[in-house]
Formats: sequence, C-alpha cells, structure tokens
Amino acid sequence: MAMPNGPQGERENYLNKEYGVGSWLLTTDHKRIALLYLMSITFFFFIGGFFALLIRLELLTPAGDLVQADTYNKLFTMHGMVMVFFFLIPSIPAVLGNFLVPMMIGAKDLAFPRINLLSWYLYIIGGVMMLHCMLTGGVDTGWTFYTPYSTAFTNTKIVEAGLAIFVAGFSSILTGLNFVVTIHRMRAPGMTWSRLPLFIWAHYATSIIQLLGTPVVAITIVLVAAERTLHLGIFDPKLGGDPLLFQHLFWFYSHPAVYIMILPSMGIVSEIIACFSRKRIFGYNFVALSSIAIAVFGFLVWAHHLFVAGISIYAAFVFSLLSYAVAVPSAVKTFNWTATLYKGSIRYDAPMLYAFGFIGLFMMGGLTGLFLSALGIDVHVTDTYFVVAHFHYIMVGGAVMGYLGGMHFWWPKISGRLYPEGWARLAALIVFIGFHLTFFPQFVLGYLGMPRRYYDYSHMPEFQVLNVLSTAGATILGVGYLLPMIYFLWSMRYGKPAPDNPWNAAGLEWKSASPPPTFNFDVEPVVTWEAYNYEELDAPHPQEAPVVR
Amino acid sequence: MSDSQTTAVQAAAHGHDPALLHHFAEPQQQRDAASLGMWWFLATEVMFFGGLFCAYLIYRLQHFNDFAAASQSLSIKLGAINTAVLIGSSLTVVLAVNAAQRAKRNLLVAYLLLTLVLGSTFLGIKAVEYTDKFKEHHVPGPTFHFVPERMEGHPEQPPIDQRHAEMFFSLYFVMTGLHALHMIVGIGIFVWLLVMAWKGRFTPSYNTPVEIGGLYWHFVDVVWIYLFPLLYLISRHR
Amino acid sequence: MAGNVDALFIFLLIVTGMVALLIFVCLLFFAARYRQRAHVHAEQIEGSTPLELTWSIIPLFVFLAIFAWGAVIYFKERTPPRDAAEVYVVAKQWMWKLEHAEGQREINELHIPVGRDVKLIMTSQDVIHSFYVPAFRIKQDVLPGRYTTAWFRATKPGIYHLFCAEYCGTQHSGMIGSIVVLEPAQYEAWMSGGSTGPLSVTGEKVFAELGCVTCHRSDAQGRGPNLQGVFGKPVLLQDGRTLVADENYIRESILDPGAKIVNGYKPVMPTFQGLLSEEQLNALVAYVKSLSGAKPGDGSGKANADAAAAQGSQVNE
Repeated sequence: MAMPNGPQGERENYLNKEYGVGSWLLTTDHKRIALLYLMSITFFFFIGGFFALLIRLELLTPAGDLVQADTYNKLFTMHGMVMVFFFLIPSIPAVLGNFLVPMMIGAKDLAFPRINLLSWYLYIIGGVMMLHCMLTGGVDTGWTFYTPYSTAFTNTKIVEAGLAIFVAGFSSILTGLNFVVTIHRMRAPGMTWSRLPLFIWAHYATSIIQLLGTPVVAITIVLVAAERTLHLGIFDPKLGGDPLLFQHLFWFYSHPAVYIMILPSMGIVSEIIACFSRKRIFGYNFVALSSIAIAVFGFLVWAHHLFVAGISIYAAFVFSLLSYAVAVPSAVKTFNWTATLYKGSIRYDAPMLYAFGFIGLFMMGGLTGLFLSALGIDVHVTDTYFVVAHFHYIMVGGAVMGYLGGMHFWWPKISGRLYPEGWARLAALIVFIGFHLTFFPQFVLGYLGMPRRYYDYSHMPEFQVLNVLSTAGATILGVGYLLPMIYFLWSMRYGKPAPDNPWNAAGLEWKSASPPPTFNFDVEPVVTWEAYNYEELDAPHPQEAPVVR
Repeated sequence: MSDSQTTAVQAAAHGHDPALLHHFAEPQQQRDAASLGMWWFLATEVMFFGGLFCAYLIYRLQHFNDFAAASQSLSIKLGAINTAVLIGSSLTVVLAVNAAQRAKRNLLVAYLLLTLVLGSTFLGIKAVEYTDKFKEHHVPGPTFHFVPERMEGHPEQPPIDQRHAEMFFSLYFVMTGLHALHMIVGIGIFVWLLVMAWKGRFTPSYNTPVEIGGLYWHFVDVVWIYLFPLLYLISRHR
Repeated sequence: MAGNVDALFIFLLIVTGMVALLIFVCLLFFAARYRQRAHVHAEQIEGSTPLELTWSIIPLFVFLAIFAWGAVIYFKERTPPRDAAEVYVVAKQWMWKLEHAEGQREINELHIPVGRDVKLIMTSQDVIHSFYVPAFRIKQDVLPGRYTTAWFRATKPGIYHLFCAEYCGTQHSGMIGSIVVLEPAQYEAWMSGGSTGPLSVTGEKVFAELGCVTCHRSDAQGRGPNLQGVFGKPVLLQDGRTLVADENYIRESILDPGAKIVNGYKPVMPTFQGLLSEEQLNALVAYVKSLSGAKPGDGSGKANADAAAAQGSQVNE
C-alpha cells in the first residue's frame, strides 16, 4: 500500500497531519479528541488522587491533626466528585472508546464529530467550574450531596458544584449518543452485530446507561439547586418535602453509573484476554449479552443503597433480590474469561498482567457485593469502610486496572511508540499489591464498625493499625499510578516505533497504521471474518486477511 | 475551514452531494444517523422529564388534598387554549416537513413561520398565566399564600397544608418552566430552519434538519400533552 | 441479632472464599499449563451453552439462599417486639438526645438493662443522621420530619460504641456516644434518679395545655376521634383506606391533620406544624400510645383528659 509521506518522512497520520494549537482545539477527529480527553482526565485523576493522599494522611493518626474537620469533609467530597464525574465516568469511554469505537467497527469517525468535540468542551467547562468551585471554597456534602443537608444546612458551594456536574453530565450524554448511533449506523460492510468486538458491546451497554441514567441525575441537580436558591420545597421536610425521594432519584443514576465505569473495563479485559491467550473468547454470545443484561438490571437495583434509609421492608426485599440478579451476569463474565485461558497459548505481556489484575480486584469487589446485597449484613456494614473498600475495589481496582490495561494494549496504536515492557510489568505488580494493601484493611475496619467519612477516631484508637496499613498501601498505590504516566510520556520521545500490529491481535483497529491516518483506514475495510479469528492469524502460513473485496 | 474544504474536495471527487459529510458513505446513512441520534436524544429527554413526573406523581399521592386544591387555581381555559395552539403547531410542522420533501420553498417558509407564530403564542399565554399566579401570590417564596376556593356542595374541606400547596406550585413552575425552556430552544431551532429555508438550502434529497427539528418539536408538544391533564385536569372535582 | 448477622457473614465468607479460590486456582493452573512456551498452539473452543447455564443457574440458587437468609435477619431487625422498652431518640447536629419512656433524659449516652428488648423511636431536628451500634449490628437512618424505628437486645453488660453513620456536617465524627448495658439491679438503681416523670405523663400535660382534650374526648361525643385504644389498631379513613395507627400516623395527624381524615369526622383540626418541639411531639405520641395499653400513664390520663375537657380550654399555641 502506498503511503503519503508526512513532513519528516514518516507516513502521514492523525498526529503529524497538522500542527498547532488550533488544529487540536478545533479538531473533529475522534482520535485527537480522545487525546484531548486523555490529558484532561489525567489532570483530574491526579487532583483527585492528591485529595485521596491527604485523606489517607489525616487518617494515619486517630486524632484530627493534619487538617480541620471542615477541610477534611471538603477533601473527601471533592475527591469523590472529581474522581466520579471527571475521571471514572469519562475515563474509558471518552479516551479509549472515542479512539477505538470507530476504528473497531471500520468507520472513518464517530457519527457526529462536531458533537464529539462539543462534548469535550462541555467536559472542560464543567471541569473549570469544578476547579473554580474547589479553589473558592469547595463543597462539604459528600459526593452524594444528600438533602436536606445539601439544600438547607451546608454553607458551601453546592449549587456551583451541582452545575459543574450537570454540564459534565451533558458531555457524558453526548458521548453515549455518539457511540450508540455510530455502532448502529457506521459499521463497515460485513461488520455484523455478531462480529463486533466485545469492547464494542460493552460500550454499547455503557452508552445506554449514559443516555437513560444521566438525565435523571441532571433533573435531580436542578431540583436541588432550585430548593437551595429559591427555597422551593421538594426534598426538605421542613418545607414539606421528602428527603428519601432525593435518594431514590440520585441512586437511580448513581448506581448504574458504576456500570458506566466497570462495563468498558470488562470490554477491554475481553479483548486483552482473547489476544494474549490467542483464542476466541469463550462464550462470545454470553459475554456480549451479559453486558446488556448488566445495563438493564443495573437500572433496577438502585434502592439497595437505601436499606437503612427508611424504605419499607418489602421494598428492601425486592431490591435485594434484584441486586442478586445483576450479580449473575458479572459472575458469568468472570467464568468466561477464566475458561478462555483453558487450552490457550498464553503470553504475559504487560496488558495481560493488568487483565489478570483486573480479574483479581474485580472478583474481590464483586464477591463483597454479595455481602452488601444481603439485607441483614448490609444493615451492619453500609456507611462503613466495608462499603468504601467494596466500591473502590470495583471502581478503582476494577475500572482503573482495566483502563491501564487498555492504555498499555493500545498505546502502540495511539502513539505509534512502544513503552518499556519491564517497567510496565513492574507497574502492574505495584498497583496490584498497593491496591490490596490500601483497601483490604478497610473491609476489616468496616466490619469492626468504623463509619465512613470520619475525620477523627480518637475515641476508637483500636482502628489505628488498620488505618496505618491502608495509608502505607496508598503510598505504594500512588507510585504504581505515577509510573505508567512517566514511561508513557518517556516513550513518546524515546520509545521504539511501534509496528502496526505489535501483538498480532485480531480486530480492525490493528489493520490500520500505527498511528492511524486521519480517516483511520486508507481503504474502506470490508469484514469477512468473525471476531477474534486467532486461529487464522496464528495458522502456520498466515494469510493476510483480505481488506478489500 | 480546512474541514469544509476537504469536504468539498472529496465531494467533488466522488461526485457526491455537497451536504454529505466526509465520514459517511452515502446520504441515506447520514440521514439515518441523524434521525437515530435525535430519537436517542429524545429518549434522554423522556428520562429528564420522567424524573420530574415521578416526583410530581409521588407527592400528588402523598398530599392528595393539598395538590387537588392547589390544582384548582390553575386556569383550565388558558391551559386548554394553549393545548390547542400546540397541537396546531404540530400540524404546521408536519406540513412543513412535507413541503420540504416536495421542495416547495415558499410553502415551507410559510409553515415554518406559522409554527413560530403558534409557538410564540403558547409562550405568550404561558406568560399571562405566570403573571396571574404572581398576582395571586401563588409563586413559591416569602410572599406565597394560598387560599383554596370554596366549592359548592363541599362545605367540609380539609384544611390546606400551605407547605404542600407551595410544593405543588414549585413543581408546577419547574415543570412548565422547563417545558417553556424547551419551547424557546425549539423556537431558536425553527428560526434557524427558517433562515436556511429562505436561502433555499433544503432539497428533496437534503431536508434532514427540518425532519429532526420537527421530531424535537413534536416531543415538546407531547410533554405538554402530559403536563396539561396532570397539572390542570385530574381530580379537579372530587 | 449480632450472632445471626455474624453467622451469615461467615457463611458468605466461606462460599465466596471457595469461589474465589476456585477461580484463582483455575487462573493459575491455566496460566502455567498453557503458557505459550509449553502450549504453542491454542485450541479454539467456541463456548458451551450447558456450561454457561450451569454457571449461571447454580450461582443464582446460591444467591437466592443468601437473599432469603439475609431477608429473614432483616425482617427480624425491622420488627420490634411489642413489649419492648421504648426510648425516644432525637438527633441533631451533632448530638444524640435520648429519653426513656420512664422520663429519664440522656445525651450521647444510653443506659439499658441487659437482656431486655429496647425499641428506639427516632427522629431528627435537622439533617439525616444514622443510629449505629456496631456491637449490636444495627443501623437505622434518622430522618427529620418522621419517625424511624430500630430495636435491639443487649446480651452482655458493658459499654458499646454509638456512632452517627450518615454524614451530617462538620462534626459528623464527633457525633458519637455510648450504650451502657447494665445488670438489672444496677439499671434499677440508675433509673431511680433524675426523672421528670414518665414521658406519657409529660405528654398528657401537653395534651391538656394545647386543648386537644376539647375535641378528642374519651367518649363518642367529641368533634375528633376518641383516642382510647387507637394505637396499633386499624383505622378506617374517609377515603375508604384502612391503615394501622403507628407512631408516624399519630405524628402526621398532629402536624398535617388534613392528610388522613378518620371516617365519620370532619376536617376541622388545625395544624400544629411549627408549634411543637420534637420532645413535645414525642411526649404526645407516648401519651396517645399509653391510652392503648399497659404503658405507664394509663388510666390516670383518661381521668385528667375528662377533667380538662370539662374546662373547655381553647385551642391555642
């Protein structure tokens, strides 16, 4: 194939096609927008991480000695808000999804490139509002901003933070909208639904949650802002409202939001495991459908956050039962990944280590979810460190491990460079160990009864040992998260140029150049093979799968 | 700038419609994508209003007497006129889409104008209603005061909990206010469509903006079709 | 209760531990056995529907069992025994105010006898709090504007942590206290001091002062329903619904009397919204409950109510 050459003799690609700030800030290329997102979410990740570090340092000693109580409350609030709304929710979809969804299905771009750019700007506007809010006082309500504390009692900037989340929410909706339409309408000839990579199925399910869940939290924020500024009585019992309604509306989004974070990670893990065990994923249909099942059931379990909030016994029964229903497809996925390894030909490159790490951490998070869905146990451990540990295992252990795995897997495609393999394996190990050390002690703390969001535990000195362990682990974890950023940056300049398909992986994105040209493919691809056709790729005399028919 | 140049160059090279964006293979794909996009957007709008309707219905059940009494102070006459105005505007939108498909530029411009007039009428009447509420002290806030109308044949009316009456009006203003905001956005879209139609941009092969703009307009109408009975009509007389 | 919760917890630890171990062993075994050097060519396996169904359905049944067990515990936790001693809890930023039915008031400390069922009737003056005693494995959010209840029975004397588990503002972590579980004899000694009289008697005074007795008479002649024996019994409402009169119903009838009118009565009662403190409300609720059974204050309450009714005091303040 003849390749046009760029200015430096490299072939032209999306990175070297144009230079200059304008060519980035006004780009409609999904790959460039993905990189814009990558920089922005990394920025917010380190802000959120900095808050986490301060929280862990404060909890090193039982007394409240590092910061003031109000500051501590703001720290965990801003940590939650930044990490949830400005890192975890956009992370995989907006970076890897943005980059890969069109490439994997053989499209030139997302269906609405300008809306894609708009969604990045909305994210940035929301992010700037959030930063402004933090710098001018912050919020101390917890990221859940329960009423009536948030509407009538706190004197912090809840309305501004709410608006920031509202705007970022629209960014998330537009991303989801783009993905759904792209997956429906932009698939290359021959790319049938049953040939879609599982990454795409996961993003399809994620997008549906973004589309149908986010507007509910948006209207909830509108009502909170209206109650706080205009004193409309909606949630405040003093004004005749019902604070439980807020919790229902909030969790109607915020529970499925967890699946926005974890489903794309599951998609990544499916890709990595298939590639590095050189096998078609075990039970493709079940893994694909389990993503959809998780998205659907995910909408029916929100009130399991309310078992001690004052809902009726019978409502609690229903939501406990449904919570177990959503556990089944998650279990199915884990079993299928394990089964995929059976009789594979397994390699242990860095992405695979992250995928193994994902299974290890996600399994801990998922299994402790079974404890929390059991009504009798939930009463004891909800609102304690048990819950904190549980959701960090899922949202940070699982989601971020998957995200890092995906970054390593596709970094050669994204940047055209190879990262140092040894460092990458080391980082995977450090993250895995650091994570367990940070959060496993918190399960024990929770069962012993330490409530979450406690600034000072000087009356419970028995909790200190476990807190010290957790803080020590957090330090290691911090190093583990910093490392990839350093060597990825390093590789952009000093890394070896990456071949088009360094892993010999299946999937359309690997049939394009590294880095890809602006419209992804020099020739419009026509798909004539099933997903994960590793048998053909590894055949003794591999035949190049024909790109054009 | 360079984007549109590339588009034009590519379009010329492939002999394509100039309205076809570079990343689509054919006009049909572009149309399908646009309309699917609008349908999914409307689905998010349904959830957006859905949260509000849900809150309203739950509180209505919880504080039935107060809500029913407060609902009686709304003007059925103005509400009904507005419903008729909106249904009429939906009709003119359908006719506009039809005119666009048949490339009748003048007819298209006329129907778009008519839609804009009807939409503005709706907002005008809504403004009158809001003014009345303001004068009656039914706007939630420090000046709020609600005295239920005495109904003949019902000498024994339960006392009204002012807070719950105020909650009704809070929800009334939030719901109709957000609906009005959607109307204003719709009017903005239709002004743009009008300008484009005036310039003769729409052809039988390229009229997707009219079509998906129309979808949005119909959706906003449908929201009102639910708002009107829920806020004004049901359980007016017990 | 703690024993039940721990039993289920240990059961879950064993089940999930086994699953985790199984997957872990499989992962390690496959990873070692099928590493590329040892197993150059992967064998393609499409999947297996029977296997998928097996590992969907077996977990489902295990989950159902866990659900049922958890639900039984929860049901017990949420259903206080009828003869439990009652303690009224008012939470505020950032303290717990507790009042025994016998009239003893405490702050951030609750003295109870060992082996006795204790029911907590809780409300909040401001934001949402949560009453959490880890040792008893109970937790219940405390909401403003309504009652929530919880109950427990302490089985060993000692001092146990009481935490607020729902984030409630600056001093959330300072909203802690202790549950002091005493031997019955010690408890009797503790109870003998510092009471202002049973809560229901306080409630009776409030009932008289507010003039409630003018309408809520102890015969059928009053403009309001006779409150004798109402609590815990079904009430037929004007709109045909029937509900059981519980603490929340009494509370609502005082604060929003138009909400649920008893069949056969006219909606004439004024609201007491904003006129009563949470403590006065608790006292009134305790009084109305005392009219329905073997709670302190029974009998004499009736006599006083009649006496006050005869004076015909005004509904005021």
